[in-house]
Amino acid sequence: MHGLINRSIQIFLCETYGGTLWADVASAAGLGPDGFEAMLHYDDDVTDVVLASASGRLGKPRAALLEDFGAFLVTQEPLRRLLRFGGVDYADFLLSLDELQGRGLMALPDLDLPALGLNVHAGGRFTLTVQGDLPGWGAIATGLLRAMADDYGALATIEPMAPKNGTELLSIELHDARFAVGRRFDLAQPVVGAE
Amino acid sequence: MALPQDRITLPVAVLGQLMPMYLWVGPTGGLCAAGPTMVKLIGRGDPVGLPFADHFDLRRARRVRGDSAQSVRDLVGQRLQLTLRRDPATTLRGIAVPVGADGAEGIFLNMSFGVGLADAVRKHHLTDADFAPSDLAMELLYLQEAKTAVMGEWQGLNERLQAARRAAEAQAMTDALTGLANRRAFDFGLQAAIDQVARGSPGFALAHLDLDHFKAVNDTLGHAAGDRVLATVAQVLHEEMRRGDLVARIGGDEFALILRGPIEPDQLLALGARIIAGLEERCRVNGEPSGVSASLGVVMSQSYAQPDPQRMLADADAALYASKHQGRSRCTVVTPKVGHCAPINDTAPCKTTQIASDAATGCTLPVVPAAPASSSAV
Repeated sequence: MHGLINRSIQIFLCETYGGTLWADVASAAGLGPDGFEAMLHYDDDVTDVVLASASGRLGKPRAALLEDFGAFLVTQEPLRRLLRFGGVDYADFLLSLDELQGRGLMALPDLDLPALGLNVHAGGRFTLTVQGDLPGWGAIATGLLRAMADDYGALATIEPMAPKNGTELLSIELHDARFAVGRRFDLAQPVVGAE
Repeated sequence: MALPQDRITLPVAVLGQLMPMYLWVGPTGGLCAAGPTMVKLIGRGDPVGLPFADHFDLRRARRVRGDSAQSVRDLVGQRLQLTLRRDPATTLRGIAVPVGADGAEGIFLNMSFGVGLADAVRKHHLTDADFAPSDLAMELLYLQEAKTAVMGEWQGLNERLQAARRAAEAQAMTDALTGLANRRAFDFGLQAAIDQVARGSPGFALAHLDLDHFKAVNDTLGHAAGDRVLATVAQVLHEEMRRGDLVARIGGDEFALILRGPIEPDQLLALGARIIAGLEERCRVNGEPSGVSASLGVVMSQSYAQPDPQRMLADADAALYASKHQGRSRCTVVTPKVGHCAPINDTAPCKTTQIASDAATGCTLPVVPAAPASSSAV
């Protein structure tokens, strides 16, 4: 698993549950106190141990933890901006999910994001297939897509479905693409240091 | 109804959807229409009738003569680069094609931003609605931000690796107990000092110091007491060093000093006396004098035509043992033969000068034996 993803999990655990929990998790996974380096690669087993250990310590199922992680990703402004480049509104954003893996590879040629596939049905209904190395990418996508719906101001329900042949599935129902005022997104990147 | 095969008729508003940055320049050089994003860039509301040349500068075109209607037609078929007059930093690029037969109704330009896209977006408050969906502008902006984020991560990693490397290097060069340079750092330092002599530096002195009666402290009072004595010795030596000098612990109770020149034998003797007095005063165990003192042997690079680290160390060691044999607590300086400062051949070390310390009173007694002019006599 790419260090960028592992590092994001680390920051999520630290910021949400505190440094003590992270220190315990890191030690269980045989990591040093500094944890993951974002630009290095780690064995998938390390990620699994980190998730299992955090889930055990928090008494929270792995899927619930990963959903929270997916939502947390959207709170990271640089990442939120990159995601918002996907579309002008939530429907447009959903249609861009097929390209998400490719967009990740454009930024980092060795980034192992899952392959997403969007199927469009009638009446604002979609199903999303999620195929990644890490079991649980579906849960991450669930949390992330819910948070992005809020970001766009769209009213949508996103629910995990039973996996089919090892592929994780989500059902997405878009009730209202302009339900609320979404968060602001300027194409121009905010200038560092300027208010 | 048969449609003409070779032409399409589109309303300008539809053209604007397809190409939000188009310009239609009439045969007399006035704007006939412009796409919505281009209208935003010109910043003058309805663009119809505005003279093209008042709002755009041609940056790159092969054939252009003034801004007459003729020259506008001359742009046809070329790759163009335009800048906005109101914001010359905004560069546009594209192509011009004729409108009507042989450009009778002017020219049609379709433009886009070049690499200055992000700046243009910021300056002109553009949104995704200002770009055609087929335009890769969004991807370019996305890539620019993704690249910045990735570069930031790489830079962070590089800085952490650099810091770790420096720490590891410092650790590899440091004696853990005393914090002084270790044997490895000393070897580097000695070679560096010799290299500098070869490049014309004023020379240096090499002192070898061995503690006297240290074993007794270690054996009777334990290693912890011994370690404290070593730390105190390091402190005393460190305080005597000037900028550019090097002090190293090169063995259990052995230390070596590289003292940059120019430095005279009597200065070296005085330094030796201060070190011995300082050690005897400050190396205490439970408040009592520990009996620890030091013997020193010092050689000077000027004694050698071509200083060699092994040779200098061996001579400093011999001078140290001369101090030991003479009763310890003293410093022996091997000086260059008078009148033969340099260059001298390999039998160089020629004259020793000694001071001894009286441990009981702490005063130093200069002893200047006229040693024979050979290293074996030292």
